[in-house]
Amino acid sequence: MRRQLPLALVFIFGVFMIVQYFVPHEYSEWVYEFLLDWITIIGIFALALGIYSLTHVSVGKIRNRTPNWQYAVITMLGLFVMIYFGFTSRTGDSWGLYFVALVALTLGISSLTWGAIETQAARRKIGFAVGLGLLAVFALVAVFDPSWKFYFYTSEGLQSTMFRNFFDYIMIPIQSTMFSLLAFFIASAAYRAFRARNILATLLLASALIVMLRFNPFLGPVGEYIAQTANWLLNVPNLAAKRAIVIGIGLGIVATALKVILGIERGYMGRG
Amino acid sequence: MNIFDRMMLLDRRWVFLSLVIVCVVSYIIPFQIPIMVTDEVESIYDMIDTLPEGEIVLLAMDFDPSLLAELQPMTYAMAEHAFRKNLKVIFVTLSQNGPGMVDQAIREVADSVRLDRTYNGVFYKGKEIINGEDYTFLGYKPYFALIILGMGQNFRIPFPSDYYGTALDSIPMMKGVLNYDQVACVVDICGGNVVDAWIMYGQGRYNFKLALGMTGVMAADYYPYLNSGQVVGIMGGLLGAAEYEQLTDNAGLAKDGMRVQVFAHLLIILFILMGNIGYFMSQRDKRKLGR
Repeated sequence: MRRQLPLALVFIFGVFMIVQYFVPHEYSEWVYEFLLDWITIIGIFALALGIYSLTHVSVGKIRNRTPNWQYAVITMLGLFVMIYFGFTSRTGDSWGLYFVALVALTLGISSLTWGAIETQAARRKIGFAVGLGLLAVFALVAVFDPSWKFYFYTSEGLQSTMFRNFFDYIMIPIQSTMFSLLAFFIASAAYRAFRARNILATLLLASALIVMLRFNPFLGPVGEYIAQTANWLLNVPNLAAKRAIVIGIGLGIVATALKVILGIERGYMGRG
Repeated sequence: MNIFDRMMLLDRRWVFLSLVIVCVVSYIIPFQIPIMVTDEVESIYDMIDTLPEGEIVLLAMDFDPSLLAELQPMTYAMAEHAFRKNLKVIFVTLSQNGPGMVDQAIREVADSVRLDRTYNGVFYKGKEIINGEDYTFLGYKPYFALIILGMGQNFRIPFPSDYYGTALDSIPMMKGVLNYDQVACVVDICGGNVVDAWIMYGQGRYNFKLALGMTGVMAADYYPYLNSGQVVGIMGGLLGAAEYEQLTDNAGLAKDGMRVQVFAHLLIILFILMGNIGYFMSQRDKRKLGR
Protein backbone atom coordinates (compact mmCIF):
# COMPACT_ATOMS: atom_id res chain seq x y z
CA MET A 1 0.00 0.00 0.00
CA ARG A 2 2.84 2.40 0.87
CA ARG A 3 4.21 1.92 -2.64
CA GLN A 4 0.95 1.69 -4.57
CA LEU A 5 -0.83 4.73 -3.14
CA PRO A 6 1.76 7.36 -4.23
CA LEU A 7 2.02 5.69 -7.65
CA ALA A 8 -1.75 5.73 -8.06
CA LEU A 9 -2.00 9.37 -6.98
CA VAL A 10 0.75 10.42 -9.39
CA PHE A 11 -0.94 8.51 -12.21
CA ILE A 12 -4.41 9.94 -11.55
CA PHE A 13 -3.33 13.56 -11.13
CA GLY A 14 -0.78 13.35 -13.94
CA VAL A 15 -3.33 12.03 -16.42
CA PHE A 16 -5.93 14.52 -15.16
CA MET A 17 -3.61 17.49 -15.71
CA ILE A 18 -2.84 16.33 -19.26
CA VAL A 19 -6.53 15.87 -20.11
CA GLN A 20 -7.53 19.08 -18.34
CA TYR A 21 -5.23 21.14 -20.56
CA PHE A 22 -7.39 20.22 -23.57
CA VAL A 23 -10.79 20.58 -21.88
CA PRO A 24 -11.79 24.24 -21.44
CA HIS A 25 -14.95 23.36 -19.47
CA GLU A 26 -16.05 25.25 -16.36
CA TYR A 27 -15.78 22.20 -14.08
CA SER A 28 -12.38 21.32 -15.46
CA GLU A 29 -11.17 24.89 -14.79
CA TRP A 30 -12.60 24.77 -11.27
CA VAL A 31 -10.72 21.57 -10.43
CA TYR A 32 -7.61 23.02 -12.01
CA GLU A 33 -7.82 26.17 -9.82
CA PHE A 34 -8.48 23.97 -6.77
CA LEU A 35 -5.35 21.94 -7.51
CA LEU A 36 -3.27 25.09 -8.02
CA ASP A 37 -4.30 26.23 -4.54
CA TRP A 38 -3.30 22.84 -3.14
CA ILE A 39 0.10 22.92 -4.81
CA THR A 40 0.76 26.37 -3.30
CA ILE A 41 -0.31 25.19 0.15
CA ILE A 42 1.88 22.10 -0.06
CA GLY A 43 4.73 24.22 -1.36
CA ILE A 44 4.58 26.54 1.65
CA PHE A 45 5.53 23.58 3.87
CA ALA A 46 8.79 23.48 1.94
CA LEU A 47 9.55 27.01 3.20
CA ALA A 48 8.97 25.90 6.80
CA LEU A 49 11.15 22.87 6.14
CA GLY A 50 13.84 25.15 4.68
CA ILE A 51 13.89 27.35 7.79
CA TYR A 52 14.02 24.28 10.02
CA SER A 53 16.83 22.79 7.93
CA LEU A 54 18.86 26.02 8.00
CA THR A 55 18.42 26.32 11.76
CA HIS A 56 19.28 22.65 12.30
CA VAL A 57 22.45 22.83 10.20
CA SER A 58 23.57 26.14 11.73
CA VAL A 59 22.98 25.01 15.32
CA GLY A 60 24.88 21.80 14.53
CA LYS A 61 27.84 23.83 13.26
CA ILE A 62 27.82 26.01 16.38
CA ARG A 63 27.48 23.02 18.70
CA ASN A 64 30.33 21.07 17.09
CA ARG A 65 32.51 24.16 16.62
CA THR A 66 33.14 23.18 12.99
CA PRO A 67 35.55 25.43 11.05
CA ASN A 68 34.03 28.90 10.47
CA TRP A 69 31.17 28.19 12.88
CA GLN A 70 31.00 31.92 13.55
CA TYR A 71 29.33 32.39 10.17
CA ALA A 72 26.50 30.16 11.34
CA VAL A 73 25.90 32.60 14.22
CA ILE A 74 25.68 35.47 11.71
CA THR A 75 23.27 33.40 9.58
CA MET A 76 21.01 32.80 12.54
CA LEU A 77 21.14 36.43 13.60
CA GLY A 78 20.29 37.55 10.06
CA LEU A 79 17.40 35.09 9.86
CA PHE A 80 15.75 36.07 13.15
CA VAL A 81 16.44 39.80 12.94
CA MET A 82 14.90 40.03 9.44
CA ILE A 83 11.89 38.00 10.58
CA TYR A 84 11.50 40.42 13.50
CA PHE A 85 11.75 43.48 11.24
CA GLY A 86 9.37 41.88 8.74
CA PHE A 87 6.66 41.34 11.33
CA THR A 88 6.95 44.63 13.22
CA SER A 89 6.51 48.27 12.35
CA ARG A 90 6.72 51.61 14.10
CA THR A 91 3.29 53.16 14.74
CA GLY A 92 4.30 56.77 15.46
CA ASP A 93 7.36 59.00 15.14
CA SER A 94 9.19 57.60 18.15
CA TRP A 95 11.07 54.32 18.19
CA GLY A 96 10.22 53.79 21.88
CA LEU A 97 11.69 50.56 23.20
CA TYR A 98 11.72 48.88 19.77
CA PHE A 99 15.46 48.17 19.83
CA VAL A 100 15.42 47.10 23.49
CA ALA A 101 12.86 44.46 22.49
CA LEU A 102 15.00 43.43 19.51
CA VAL A 103 18.14 43.03 21.64
CA ALA A 104 16.17 41.13 24.33
CA LEU A 105 14.67 38.81 21.72
CA THR A 106 17.98 38.17 19.95
CA LEU A 107 19.90 37.52 23.15
CA GLY A 108 17.01 35.47 24.53
CA ILE A 109 16.93 33.16 21.51
CA SER A 110 20.75 32.97 21.58
CA SER A 111 20.77 32.04 25.27
CA LEU A 112 18.11 29.36 24.77
CA THR A 113 20.07 27.95 21.83
CA TRP A 114 23.26 27.99 23.90
CA GLY A 115 21.42 26.25 26.74
CA ALA A 116 20.09 23.62 24.36
CA ILE A 117 23.49 22.75 22.91
CA GLU A 118 25.54 23.05 26.10
CA THR A 119 26.65 19.72 27.59
CA GLN A 120 27.26 20.85 31.21
CA ALA A 121 24.05 20.83 33.27
CA ALA A 122 24.85 24.03 35.21
CA ARG A 123 25.52 25.99 32.06
CA ARG A 124 22.38 24.60 30.49
CA LYS A 125 20.33 25.92 33.39
CA ILE A 126 21.97 29.35 33.16
CA GLY A 127 21.31 29.44 29.40
CA PHE A 128 17.64 28.56 29.80
CA ALA A 129 17.14 30.92 32.76
CA VAL A 130 18.75 33.90 31.04
CA GLY A 131 16.97 33.09 27.76
CA LEU A 132 13.54 32.88 29.37
CA GLY A 133 14.22 36.05 31.37
CA LEU A 134 15.14 37.96 28.24
CA LEU A 135 12.10 36.63 26.39
CA ALA A 136 9.96 37.83 29.29
CA VAL A 137 11.53 41.30 28.95
CA PHE A 138 10.79 41.18 25.23
CA ALA A 139 7.16 40.14 25.85
CA LEU A 140 6.64 42.95 28.40
CA VAL A 141 8.03 45.56 26.01
CA ALA A 142 5.95 44.14 23.15
CA VAL A 143 2.75 44.37 25.19
CA PHE A 144 3.25 47.72 26.90
CA ASP A 145 5.23 49.80 24.38
CA PRO A 146 2.71 51.56 22.09
CA SER A 147 5.32 52.99 19.70
CA TRP A 148 5.48 49.81 17.62
CA LYS A 149 3.45 46.69 17.07
CA PHE A 150 3.34 43.29 15.43
CA TYR A 151 1.67 42.65 12.09
CA PHE A 152 1.08 38.93 11.77
CA TYR A 153 -1.81 38.93 9.34
CA THR A 154 -0.94 41.82 7.03
CA SER A 155 2.18 42.79 5.11
CA GLU A 156 2.57 46.19 6.82
CA GLY A 157 5.73 44.98 8.51
CA LEU A 158 7.38 44.75 5.10
CA GLN A 159 6.99 48.52 4.78
CA SER A 160 8.78 49.18 8.05
CA THR A 161 11.79 51.45 7.98
CA MET A 162 14.17 48.89 9.43
CA PHE A 163 13.15 46.12 7.05
CA ARG A 164 13.55 48.47 4.08
CA ASN A 165 16.85 49.87 5.36
CA PHE A 166 18.31 46.43 5.92
CA PHE A 167 17.25 45.42 2.42
CA ASP A 168 18.24 48.65 0.64
CA TYR A 169 21.51 49.30 2.43
CA ILE A 170 22.78 45.83 3.35
CA MET A 171 21.21 43.17 1.15
CA ILE A 172 21.38 45.04 -2.18
CA PRO A 173 25.00 46.28 -1.79
CA ILE A 174 26.19 42.85 -0.60
CA GLN A 175 24.67 40.97 -3.54
CA SER A 176 25.68 43.64 -6.07
CA THR A 177 29.25 43.59 -4.78
CA MET A 178 29.47 39.81 -4.99
CA PHE A 179 28.23 39.83 -8.56
CA SER A 180 30.48 42.74 -9.57
CA LEU A 181 33.53 40.71 -8.57
CA LEU A 182 32.61 38.36 -11.40
CA ALA A 183 33.86 40.93 -13.92
CA PHE A 184 37.39 40.55 -12.58
CA PHE A 185 37.30 36.77 -12.66
CA ILE A 186 35.85 36.78 -16.17
CA ALA A 187 38.61 39.14 -17.33
CA SER A 188 41.29 36.94 -15.79
CA ALA A 189 39.72 33.70 -17.04
CA ALA A 190 39.27 35.08 -20.57
CA TYR A 191 42.93 36.12 -20.67
CA ARG A 192 44.11 32.68 -19.56
CA ALA A 193 41.64 30.37 -21.28
CA PHE A 194 40.85 31.99 -24.63
CA ARG A 195 43.76 30.55 -26.60
CA ALA A 196 43.49 29.58 -30.28
CA ARG A 197 44.93 26.10 -29.65
CA ASN A 198 42.87 24.32 -32.32
CA ILE A 199 40.14 24.98 -34.89
CA LEU A 200 37.22 24.80 -32.45
CA ALA A 201 38.92 27.02 -29.87
CA THR A 202 39.74 29.50 -32.66
CA LEU A 203 36.12 29.57 -33.80
CA LEU A 204 34.97 30.16 -30.23
CA LEU A 205 37.54 32.90 -29.75
CA ALA A 206 36.62 34.65 -33.01
CA SER A 207 32.89 34.46 -32.24
CA ALA A 208 33.42 35.86 -28.74
CA LEU A 209 35.51 38.75 -30.06
CA ILE A 210 32.96 39.60 -32.76
CA VAL A 211 30.02 39.56 -30.33
CA MET A 212 31.97 41.65 -27.80
CA LEU A 213 32.89 44.19 -30.45
CA ARG A 214 29.46 44.41 -32.03
CA PHE A 215 28.41 47.56 -30.22
CA ASN A 216 31.81 49.19 -30.10
CA PRO A 217 31.51 52.69 -31.56
CA PHE A 218 35.23 53.20 -32.16
CA LEU A 219 35.62 50.84 -35.08
CA GLY A 220 34.38 53.20 -37.80
CA PRO A 221 33.08 51.56 -41.00
CA VAL A 222 34.36 48.13 -39.89
CA GLY A 223 31.95 48.30 -36.96
CA GLU A 224 28.96 47.97 -39.27
CA TYR A 225 30.30 44.68 -40.71
CA ILE A 226 31.15 43.39 -37.25
CA ALA A 227 27.63 44.21 -36.04
CA GLN A 228 26.13 42.39 -39.04
CA THR A 229 28.37 39.37 -38.48
CA ALA A 230 27.48 39.33 -34.77
CA ASN A 231 23.78 39.40 -35.62
CA TRP A 232 24.30 36.56 -38.09
CA LEU A 233 26.14 34.56 -35.43
CA LEU A 234 23.30 35.08 -32.97
CA ASN A 235 20.49 34.47 -35.43
CA VAL A 236 21.84 31.59 -37.48
CA PRO A 237 24.42 29.25 -35.87
CA ASN A 238 23.41 30.14 -32.31
CA LEU A 239 19.72 29.77 -33.14
CA ALA A 240 20.22 26.40 -34.81
CA ALA A 241 22.21 25.03 -31.89
CA LYS A 242 19.81 26.39 -29.29
CA ARG A 243 16.78 25.04 -31.14
CA ALA A 244 18.34 21.60 -31.26
CA ILE A 245 19.03 21.78 -27.52
CA VAL A 246 15.56 23.13 -26.68
CA ILE A 247 13.82 20.44 -28.74
CA GLY A 248 16.01 17.78 -27.16
CA ILE A 249 15.24 19.06 -23.68
CA GLY A 250 11.52 19.24 -24.50
CA LEU A 251 11.42 15.65 -25.67
CA GLY A 252 13.41 14.63 -22.60
CA ILE A 253 10.90 16.40 -20.32
CA VAL A 254 7.97 14.62 -22.01
CA ALA A 255 9.71 11.26 -21.73
CA THR A 256 10.57 11.80 -18.05
CA ALA A 257 7.04 13.03 -17.25
CA LEU A 258 5.56 9.93 -18.89
CA LYS A 259 7.95 7.70 -16.96
CA VAL A 260 6.91 9.37 -13.69
CA ILE A 261 3.18 9.17 -14.49
CA LEU A 262 3.41 5.53 -15.51
CA GLY A 263 5.41 4.63 -12.42
CA ILE A 264 8.59 3.64 -14.28
CA GLU A 265 10.63 6.44 -12.72
CA ARG A 266 10.23 6.28 -8.93
CA GLY A 267 13.13 8.42 -7.74
CA TYR A 268 10.74 10.91 -6.08
CA MET A 269 9.74 8.16 -3.60
CA GLY A 270 13.29 7.91 -2.38
CA ARG A 271 14.17 4.77 -4.33
CA GLY A 272 15.24 4.18 -7.90
CA MET B 1 61.49 33.91 -19.44
CA ASN B 2 61.31 36.01 -22.61
CA ILE B 3 58.78 38.75 -23.40
CA PHE B 4 56.34 36.34 -25.07
CA ASP B 5 56.27 34.08 -22.04
CA ARG B 6 55.64 37.13 -19.89
CA MET B 7 52.76 38.15 -22.18
CA MET B 8 51.26 34.72 -21.68
CA LEU B 9 51.78 34.39 -17.95
CA LEU B 10 50.94 37.84 -16.66
CA ASP B 11 50.00 37.84 -12.98
CA ARG B 12 46.23 38.11 -12.68
CA ARG B 13 46.57 40.95 -10.22
CA TRP B 14 47.75 43.13 -13.13
CA VAL B 15 44.58 42.17 -14.98
CA PHE B 16 42.48 43.14 -11.98
CA LEU B 17 44.33 46.44 -11.49
CA SER B 18 44.00 47.38 -15.18
CA LEU B 19 40.29 46.62 -15.09
CA VAL B 20 39.79 48.78 -11.99
CA ILE B 21 41.63 51.70 -13.59
CA VAL B 22 39.70 51.41 -16.87
CA CYS B 23 36.33 51.14 -15.08
CA VAL B 24 36.96 54.05 -12.74
CA VAL B 25 38.43 56.38 -15.38
CA SER B 26 35.74 55.67 -17.96
CA TYR B 27 33.05 56.21 -15.33
CA ILE B 28 34.50 59.50 -14.08
CA ILE B 29 35.08 61.12 -17.48
CA PRO B 30 31.71 62.18 -18.89
CA PHE B 31 31.18 61.33 -22.55
CA GLN B 32 28.49 59.59 -24.54
CA ILE B 33 28.81 56.32 -26.39
CA PRO B 34 26.81 56.18 -29.62
CA ILE B 35 24.30 53.35 -29.33
CA MET B 36 23.20 51.30 -32.33
CA VAL B 37 19.64 50.08 -31.86
CA THR B 38 18.82 46.48 -32.77
CA ASP B 39 15.50 45.20 -34.12
CA GLU B 40 14.81 43.03 -31.07
CA VAL B 41 14.85 46.06 -28.74
CA GLU B 42 13.07 48.37 -31.17
CA SER B 43 10.18 45.93 -31.40
CA ILE B 44 9.68 46.16 -27.61
CA TYR B 45 9.81 49.94 -27.76
CA ASP B 46 7.28 49.98 -30.61
CA MET B 47 4.98 47.64 -28.71
CA ILE B 48 4.88 49.96 -25.68
CA ASP B 49 4.92 53.19 -27.66
CA THR B 50 1.95 52.30 -29.84
CA LEU B 51 -0.34 51.18 -27.00
CA PRO B 52 -3.36 53.46 -26.52
CA GLU B 53 -3.55 55.46 -23.27
CA GLY B 54 -5.00 53.55 -20.33
CA GLU B 55 -3.86 50.12 -21.53
CA ILE B 56 -2.26 47.87 -18.94
CA VAL B 57 1.31 46.59 -19.06
CA LEU B 58 2.33 43.80 -16.71
CA LEU B 59 5.94 44.34 -15.67
CA ALA B 60 7.48 41.35 -13.91
CA MET B 61 10.75 42.09 -12.11
CA ASP B 62 12.09 38.61 -11.53
CA PHE B 63 15.66 39.22 -10.46
CA ASP B 64 17.81 39.49 -7.38
CA PRO B 65 19.84 42.50 -6.20
CA SER B 66 22.96 40.84 -7.62
CA LEU B 67 21.68 41.67 -11.12
CA LEU B 68 20.64 45.18 -10.29
CA ALA B 69 23.41 46.84 -12.30
CA GLU B 70 22.36 45.05 -15.47
CA LEU B 71 18.59 44.87 -15.13
CA GLN B 72 17.55 47.89 -13.10
CA PRO B 73 18.28 50.41 -15.91
CA MET B 74 15.93 48.67 -18.36
CA THR B 75 13.24 48.45 -15.66
CA TYR B 76 13.47 52.17 -15.00
CA ALA B 77 13.54 53.08 -18.71
CA MET B 78 10.55 50.89 -19.50
CA ALA B 79 8.47 51.91 -16.46
CA GLU B 80 9.05 55.61 -17.12
CA HIS B 81 8.21 55.14 -20.81
CA ALA B 82 4.93 53.47 -19.84
CA PHE B 83 3.99 56.14 -17.30
CA ARG B 84 4.87 58.98 -19.68
CA LYS B 85 2.59 57.37 -22.27
CA ASN B 86 -0.22 57.28 -19.66
CA LEU B 87 -0.25 53.50 -19.57
CA LYS B 88 -1.10 51.63 -16.38
CA VAL B 89 1.41 49.19 -14.96
CA ILE B 90 0.90 46.07 -12.90
CA PHE B 91 4.16 45.28 -11.13
CA VAL B 92 4.82 41.79 -9.90
CA THR B 93 7.90 39.92 -8.78
CA LEU B 94 8.51 36.20 -8.74
CA SER B 95 11.91 36.56 -7.09
CA GLN B 96 12.04 36.34 -3.30
CA ASN B 97 14.33 39.36 -3.08
CA GLY B 98 12.21 41.27 -5.56
CA PRO B 99 9.65 43.17 -3.45
CA GLY B 100 12.18 45.59 -1.97
CA MET B 101 13.60 46.34 -5.40
CA VAL B 102 10.20 46.85 -7.04
CA ASP B 103 9.20 49.15 -4.22
CA GLN B 104 12.42 51.11 -4.66
CA ALA B 105 11.98 51.20 -8.46
CA ILE B 106 8.42 52.55 -8.15
CA ARG B 107 9.56 55.30 -5.79
CA GLU B 108 12.46 56.35 -8.01
CA VAL B 109 10.53 56.21 -11.28
CA ALA B 110 7.72 58.21 -9.62
CA ASP B 111 10.28 60.88 -8.66
CA SER B 112 11.46 61.05 -12.26
CA VAL B 113 7.94 61.18 -13.75
CA ARG B 114 7.14 64.16 -11.50
CA LEU B 115 9.54 66.30 -13.56
CA ASP B 116 8.69 68.03 -16.85
CA ARG B 117 10.66 66.44 -19.66
CA THR B 118 10.97 66.53 -23.43
CA TYR B 119 11.73 63.19 -25.07
CA ASN B 120 12.10 62.75 -28.82
CA GLY B 121 10.80 66.30 -29.27
CA VAL B 122 7.59 65.62 -27.36
CA PHE B 123 6.95 67.57 -24.16
CA TYR B 124 5.74 65.47 -21.22
CA LYS B 125 4.40 67.39 -18.26
CA GLY B 126 5.44 66.04 -14.88
CA LYS B 127 2.72 64.20 -13.01
CA GLU B 128 2.12 62.28 -9.85
CA ILE B 129 1.68 58.55 -10.35
CA ILE B 130 -0.83 57.18 -7.95
CA ASN B 131 -0.92 53.71 -6.43
CA GLY B 132 -4.11 51.96 -7.46
CA GLU B 133 -4.82 54.31 -10.36
CA ASP B 134 -1.61 54.37 -12.38
CA TYR B 135 0.01 51.26 -11.01
CA THR B 136 -0.55 48.27 -8.80
CA PHE B 137 2.16 46.24 -7.15
CA LEU B 138 0.98 42.69 -6.59
CA GLY B 139 4.00 41.66 -4.53
CA TYR B 140 5.76 38.30 -4.39
CA LYS B 141 4.52 34.76 -4.05
CA PRO B 142 6.67 31.63 -4.19
CA TYR B 143 6.49 28.93 -6.89
CA PHE B 144 6.63 31.05 -9.98
CA ALA B 145 5.16 28.53 -12.44
CA LEU B 146 2.03 28.20 -10.30
CA ILE B 147 1.73 31.95 -9.92
CA ILE B 148 2.01 32.48 -13.68
CA LEU B 149 -0.66 29.83 -14.25
CA GLY B 150 -2.81 31.23 -11.45
CA MET B 151 -2.69 34.78 -12.86
CA GLY B 152 -3.88 33.32 -16.15
CA GLN B 153 -7.07 32.25 -14.38
CA ASN B 154 -7.52 35.30 -12.19
CA PHE B 155 -5.02 37.70 -10.64
CA ARG B 156 -6.98 37.33 -7.40
CA ILE B 157 -6.11 33.63 -7.04
CA PRO B 158 -2.42 34.12 -6.24
CA PHE B 159 -2.81 37.77 -5.16
CA PRO B 160 -6.07 38.43 -3.31
CA SER B 161 -4.52 41.72 -2.17
CA ASP B 162 -1.65 43.86 -3.41
CA TYR B 163 1.75 44.23 -1.75
CA TYR B 164 0.43 46.99 0.50
CA GLY B 165 -2.47 44.89 1.76
CA THR B 166 -5.29 46.46 -0.30
CA ALA B 167 -7.79 43.96 -1.71
CA LEU B 168 -7.49 43.78 -5.48
CA ASP B 169 -11.23 44.28 -5.86
CA SER B 170 -11.00 47.67 -4.19
CA ILE B 171 -8.17 48.93 -6.40
CA PRO B 172 -9.63 51.23 -9.10
CA MET B 173 -7.31 50.17 -11.95
CA MET B 174 -7.93 46.49 -11.24
CA LYS B 175 -11.69 46.77 -11.69
CA GLY B 176 -12.62 44.50 -14.57
CA VAL B 177 -9.05 43.25 -14.83
CA LEU B 178 -9.41 39.53 -14.37
CA ASN B 179 -6.42 37.90 -16.04
CA TYR B 180 -3.96 38.27 -18.94
CA ASP B 181 -6.86 38.91 -21.34
CA GLN B 182 -7.18 42.44 -19.98
CA VAL B 183 -3.43 43.07 -20.15
CA ALA B 184 -1.97 44.54 -23.36
CA CYS B 185 1.41 42.92 -22.92
CA VAL B 186 3.70 41.28 -20.40
CA VAL B 187 7.32 42.31 -19.97
CA ASP B 188 9.48 39.98 -17.96
CA ILE B 189 12.78 41.35 -16.72
CA CYS B 190 14.59 38.41 -15.30
CA GLY B 191 17.87 36.87 -14.33
CA GLY B 192 17.04 33.20 -13.96
CA ASN B 193 14.82 30.37 -15.12
CA VAL B 194 11.59 32.25 -14.32
CA VAL B 195 11.63 33.35 -17.93
CA ASP B 196 11.18 29.75 -19.10
CA ALA B 197 7.98 29.56 -17.06
CA TRP B 198 6.74 32.84 -18.57
CA ILE B 199 7.32 31.42 -22.05
CA MET B 200 5.99 27.90 -21.45
CA TYR B 201 3.21 28.34 -18.89
CA GLY B 202 2.36 31.97 -19.61
CA GLN B 203 2.73 32.79 -23.28
CA GLY B 204 2.33 29.18 -24.39
CA ARG B 205 -0.93 28.68 -22.55
CA TYR B 206 -2.50 32.15 -22.51
CA ASN B 207 -1.02 33.54 -25.73
CA PHE B 208 -0.28 37.09 -24.57
CA LYS B 209 2.34 39.42 -26.04
CA LEU B 210 5.58 38.75 -24.16
CA ALA B 211 8.75 40.84 -24.21
CA LEU B 212 11.90 39.89 -22.34
CA GLY B 213 14.63 41.80 -20.62
CA MET B 214 17.48 39.70 -19.32
CA THR B 215 21.17 39.56 -18.52
CA GLY B 216 23.63 39.68 -21.40
CA VAL B 217 24.79 36.10 -20.92
CA MET B 218 21.22 34.78 -21.04
CA ALA B 219 20.10 36.63 -24.15
CA ALA B 220 21.63 34.28 -26.72
CA ASP B 221 19.67 31.37 -25.21
CA TYR B 222 16.31 32.99 -25.98
CA TYR B 223 16.76 33.91 -29.65
CA PRO B 224 14.85 30.78 -30.75
CA TYR B 225 11.72 32.16 -29.06
CA LEU B 226 12.20 35.51 -30.77
CA ASN B 227 12.51 33.85 -34.14
CA SER B 228 9.45 31.68 -33.58
CA GLY B 229 7.33 34.73 -32.69
CA GLN B 230 6.66 33.61 -29.11
CA VAL B 231 8.54 36.63 -27.86
CA VAL B 232 8.09 40.17 -29.20
CA GLY B 233 11.62 41.30 -28.41
CA ILE B 234 14.66 40.78 -26.22
CA MET B 235 16.66 43.34 -24.30
CA GLY B 236 19.97 41.75 -23.47
CA GLY B 237 21.90 43.19 -20.54
CA LEU B 238 23.11 46.74 -20.20
CA LEU B 239 23.37 47.10 -23.97
CA GLY B 240 19.67 46.27 -24.39
CA ALA B 241 18.80 48.80 -21.70
CA ALA B 242 21.00 51.44 -23.36
CA GLU B 243 19.24 50.79 -26.66
CA TYR B 244 15.88 51.28 -24.96
CA GLU B 245 17.13 54.52 -23.37
CA GLN B 246 18.33 55.63 -26.80
CA LEU B 247 14.91 54.96 -28.30
CA THR B 248 13.07 56.76 -25.49
CA ASP B 249 15.60 59.62 -25.63
CA ASN B 250 15.94 59.24 -21.87
CA ALA B 251 19.61 58.73 -21.12
CA GLY B 252 20.04 57.08 -17.76
CA LEU B 253 21.95 54.43 -15.89
CA ALA B 254 22.44 52.17 -18.91
CA LYS B 255 24.05 54.73 -21.20
CA ASP B 256 26.30 55.76 -18.31
CA GLY B 257 27.20 52.13 -17.72
CA MET B 258 27.93 51.48 -21.38
CA ARG B 259 30.97 53.77 -21.19
CA VAL B 260 32.46 51.47 -18.60
CA GLN B 261 31.37 48.30 -20.39
CA VAL B 262 32.81 49.29 -23.79
CA PHE B 263 36.22 50.07 -22.36
CA ALA B 264 36.21 47.05 -20.05
CA HIS B 265 35.47 44.84 -23.06
CA LEU B 266 38.23 46.50 -25.07
CA LEU B 267 40.66 45.83 -22.24
CA ILE B 268 39.59 42.18 -22.04
CA ILE B 269 40.03 41.85 -25.82
CA LEU B 270 43.47 43.40 -25.48
CA PHE B 271 44.43 40.86 -22.83
CA ILE B 272 43.09 38.00 -24.94
CA LEU B 273 45.09 39.17 -27.96
CA MET B 274 48.18 39.62 -25.80
CA GLY B 275 47.82 36.11 -24.40
CA ASN B 276 47.39 34.65 -27.89
CA ILE B 277 50.37 36.51 -29.36
CA GLY B 278 52.46 35.25 -26.45
CA TYR B 279 51.13 31.73 -26.99
CA PHE B 280 51.86 31.63 -30.73
CA MET B 281 55.30 33.16 -30.43
CA SER B 282 56.33 30.82 -27.61
CA GLN B 283 54.99 27.86 -29.64
CA ARG B 284 57.07 29.04 -32.62
CA ASP B 285 60.18 29.30 -30.42
CA LYS B 286 59.56 25.79 -29.09
CA ARG B 287 59.23 24.42 -32.64
CA LYS B 288 62.48 26.13 -33.61
CA LEU B 289 64.28 24.65 -30.63
CA GLY B 290 62.78 21.26 -31.46
CA ARG B 291 64.38 21.34 -34.89
